[in-house]
Amino acid sequence: MTPQRRAGFSPPIHGRGGLKPALRLALVALVLLSCEREERRFREMPSAAGRRNAERLVSLVPGPVTPDVKVDNPYGYNAYAISEGKRLFTWYNCQGCHANGGGGMGPPLMDERWRYGSDPEQIFATIMEGRPNGMPSFQRKIPEYQAWQLVAYVQSLSGNVPKDAAGGRQDNMQVRKQEQALPDLEPEREPAPVQ
Amino acid sequence: MRGIQSALEPAGAQAEQIARLWDVFLITATVVWLLVMLFTIAALLRRRPEIVPNATSPRVRNAVVAATGLTVLTLFALLTASIFTTRGIASVPDRAIQIAVTGKQWWWHVEYDDRDKSKRFTTANELTIPVGVPVTVHLRSADVIHSFWVPSLHGKRDMIPGKPPSTFTFQADKPGVYRGQCAEFCGYQHANMAFWVTALPWPEYARWVEASRQPSRIPSTHTQRKGQEVFMNSPCPLCHTIQGTPANGKTGPDLTHFASRRSIAAGTFPNRRGFLAGWILDAQHMKPGSQMPSITLDQGDLEPLIAYLESLK
Repeated sequence: MTPQRRAGFSPPIHGRGGLKPALRLALVALVLLSCEREERRFREMPSAAGRRNAERLVSLVPGPVTPDVKVDNPYGYNAYAISEGKRLFTWYNCQGCHANGGGGMGPPLMDERWRYGSDPEQIFATIMEGRPNGMPSFQRKIPEYQAWQLVAYVQSLSGNVPKDAAGGRQDNMQVRKQEQALPDLEPEREPAPVQ
Repeated sequence: MRGIQSALEPAGAQAEQIARLWDVFLITATVVWLLVMLFTIAALLRRRPEIVPNATSPRVRNAVVAATGLTVLTLFALLTASIFTTRGIASVPDRAIQIAVTGKQWWWHVEYDDRDKSKRFTTANELTIPVGVPVTVHLRSADVIHSFWVPSLHGKRDMIPGKPPSTFTFQADKPGVYRGQCAEFCGYQHANMAFWVTALPWPEYARWVEASRQPSRIPSTHTQRKGQEVFMNSPCPLCHTIQGTPANGKTGPDLTHFASRRSIAAGTFPNRRGFLAGWILDAQHMKPGSQMPSITLDQGDLEPLIAYLESLK
């Protein structure tokens, strides 16, 4: 035994070399990368800040033909926004007609093909303007950022969001398999009765 | 030690018993500590005797037996005192005022029960109780675990989601205003989840109950009428109820008699004009994370809206 080992209390000493500096740097960079997964906003954007009328209800416009303005959901693929949208979905009684995505009095939302479009701005317009035969208009009834959070949640119902943003669990009746669901277990077979 | 939120200045029978138990524990623990210190110092200062007594000698044995016996006896006495106190504060009276309190992130939903359903009413973040009459609260939670605690009146009681309401009874013996606080960490604004308990003599309490059962006041001035219109056509009624108007949202606090409350945002700010304006326009700045959204109003709508809310006495 070397005298150094016998000292007992000294921590194990790495040999020279150890991890290469470049590798260490890469590891630190990799760890730092995980810091900025997404941003939880506490100050929401003021309503109608430059995005009113960005979502058009009809494709006909006066004047020369111009390309459509694509509007991204400012809350798309944001886990916090999706979970907020889920809460608002119940608070504003969306599930009263759409029943947690399965549909009821209103059409189901668990697929991704909808009568009035499935792009974020189209869903936004559907919520804000309402649609014939039952969909109420939420214009001026809910803040705009909450409508966008609802859009984010509604889009997640069809499974179109990355796993890290989708809600982990659902307390209600399931309309589709959970993102984090365990694989189905093989049902246990009853042993055949002995003849 | 003293104040509107102190377990050491009890204002009711239950808190009084808890405070007395505290006294017993404090005095006992102080005496024990002094004795231990005394013996330790004596042992440190004592000269080592010529003949070290054997561990099995009767003197050592007697000392160990005496110390163990005394410790067991003391602990047993404290246990007995604790059991009697618990029994004392757990007694349920036959007649008590029944109030259902639901903890929500981050405020308190309060409902006064009555056999006659038409006499029930709802308020938020404030309990008004009569002096000298037992009050039974039925505690529930709508989301996460909260804990109901008014140190001047009683101990803590957790509110567990998904469980039947847990009840406990307290009584205020002195009129006054006491502060309650959520005592179980429940999220971002846990520290700002407070409430007030106002204890009034019976006649005043009866008047308050009668007033609370009434629907909201009808706006009397032009500005107030305009404010009501703003309220109804803004996001407000989707979450808030004002009895006597079409506003019947259930997810936010009931605002029927909003102006009679001491504070807004669950005891976070005094119920004054400036705070109220800030709360409506930018709640997320005043209490980040709360469920109240920041509301955008049209120019000139804020003043009437506040005038209307201030008229809801």
